[in-house]
Amino acid sequence: MADTIVNSSAGNGNTAVSGSGLLEFEKPLARIEQEIAQLEAQQQTTGRDLSEPIGELRNLLRGMTREIYTKLTAWETVQVARHPRRPIISDYLRFMVKDFVELHGDRTFGDDKAMVCGFGRIAGHKVMLVGHNKGKDTKEKIACHFGCAHPEGYRKSLLKMKLAEKFNLPIVCLIDTQGAYPGIGAEERGISQAIAVNLLEMSRLKCPIVCVVIGEGGSGGALGIGVGDRMALLQHSFYSVISPEGCAAILFKTGEQARRAAESLHLTANELLKLQIIDDIIPEPLGGAHRRPDETIQAVDQYLAKTLRELKRVRIDTLLKRRYNRLRTVGSFFESANKPATPPRIRKPKAQGADRLADAASVDGASKHRRSPAPVAAVESV
Amino acid sequence: MPLQPAPIEKKTDIPEGVWLRCEGCGEMLYTREFEEMLRVCKVCHHHHRLDARTRIKQLVDEGTFEEFLADLVSTDPLQFTDRIPYKERLQQIQEQSGEKEAILVGKAYIKGRGVILGVMNPAFIMASMGAVVGEKVTTAAERAVEDNLPLVLVTASGGARMQEGMVSLVQMAKTSAALAKLDDAGGLYITVLTDPTTAGVAASFAMLGDVIISEPKAMVGFAGPRVIANTIKAELPDGFQTAEFLLERGFIDRIVERKELRSEIARLIDYCGK
Repeated sequence: MADTIVNSSAGNGNTAVSGSGLLEFEKPLARIEQEIAQLEAQQQTTGRDLSEPIGELRNLLRGMTREIYTKLTAWETVQVARHPRRPIISDYLRFMVKDFVELHGDRTFGDDKAMVCGFGRIAGHKVMLVGHNKGKDTKEKIACHFGCAHPEGYRKSLLKMKLAEKFNLPIVCLIDTQGAYPGIGAEERGISQAIAVNLLEMSRLKCPIVCVVIGEGGSGGALGIGVGDRMALLQHSFYSVISPEGCAAILFKTGEQARRAAESLHLTANELLKLQIIDDIIPEPLGGAHRRPDETIQAVDQYLAKTLRELKRVRIDTLLKRRYNRLRTVGSFFESANKPATPPRIRKPKAQGADRLADAASVDGASKHRRSPAPVAAVESV
Repeated sequence: MPLQPAPIEKKTDIPEGVWLRCEGCGEMLYTREFEEMLRVCKVCHHHHRLDARTRIKQLVDEGTFEEFLADLVSTDPLQFTDRIPYKERLQQIQEQSGEKEAILVGKAYIKGRGVILGVMNPAFIMASMGAVVGEKVTTAAERAVEDNLPLVLVTASGGARMQEGMVSLVQMAKTSAALAKLDDAGGLYITVLTDPTTAGVAASFAMLGDVIISEPKAMVGFAGPRVIANTIKAELPDGFQTAEFLLERGFIDRIVERKELRSEIARLIDYCGK
């Protein structure tokens, strides 16, 4: 499906970051980008050949971007994941999903615009797509509460997922939310119950489910559409039990410690892979998804194509057994106090950073990190 | 989002034969009478929080609780440190509470009916859910299937335990998946919500009961009230996120006084149990 993706910014990355979209740690890059732009303008007006200095600057830019992006701290990763120009669900709908048929409403209360559901085709596979919508412009952002779903959003998603189960379509969940909406209406309409029911039902839906965090994986609001056969994170997205700011406010008694909280929470893709919370990391292009939205979407597309092909081959009862086993053993970090046994095996971190980035275009890099056999939980029988 | 841990109540807070002040209305209560009332104020009916052992003693037929997975402890997967290292925090709380973790699970009898019982301990890091709580709830659900017994969980929790990060969050999915198995097997699952049942625990096994009952005035909700007030920039209505609020909105079946819990659970088992 690569051909359906518009190469809007390919080879044009120097204009991708400027103005409000600039992250603090990217400022050195912006300065070089500016210089390149100036030289290019000069070349245009004077007709002098400046390709040599421009080329040098480009090399420098590439090197520095690599340098910065291979050493992103957890807090910087959070910034990248929240970048205003990071591709959101509507970008994936435009460039990755063909023939999208949106399905609205929970048949009970209303239609939550923070949750988008519908039939679509991804890499030739007919699927049910479910995902959070953060909104593009101010008007849309407000209408969908910046991607924070209400109970009716989760109930809508479950209704459509059950429809997928009925007609044996795989489900693709694109997760991108700060969390479920914290408001009076959400509590009145049972946000806890809505999320809980999604968790229970998704664990036994008789069709393949692939979940990908494409930006923010915010706590229960993310998990509410995040139970399935595979869980992947885009390289610079994150998934956390609580926002770093919230964690800092509670545990460190000041919101300014968010940086420290982000490190402590082990919320980056690499950390979560080590903890075996997630199965795969989908590589992002050099400099993050916001610099090359098209390449990012293409990487997700290729990951889904491969994963859906794999999962569709598995008999449904085997798939459900594996899904349960996966859920049953994930996060089994406990031991017997009396007889300390071997702690769960932790997978060695594989090639990261530079190697992973260099791999950005090939999705093979993404699929090397398949979950190894279930960690050995050190439970003593009673 | 998990709530802030409350100060730890020591078991020795209520020595025999003295007076104590009701946390609800401030009335002075005679301790022995207070214990006879199952730690409910005789004046305002405030249901004081119970540690798990006291709850079990109140709930089950004497001497029938057989605990399992009693010695599971967290391995501190994130090597987490806030004001003090998580390992140290666990040690402190283990010494203070005499418990290893925030939930006790086991087999017991309630008015002669066999059950698999889990009781959360609000005195243990606000009964927040990490890997151990998740494993114990999951095992309890599986045991209920194996032994063909009803599962009763008495919930109280500030939510997922931040110090275990995503390891905590995935426990929501793990426990819910195990409860799906119990449901598939036709087992009865009763939840008893007690003060406070919030966040990740509310949004997983607490709200999945076939029958959901709650003690009066228990705080039950997803987002913390301060977070909501900050988001909507307004004051929250009276009684927001209480058991009564949830009953009114249709999210729990019954509100049951503490002294009625035993007979209420027995009655439900007689209707639904096998």
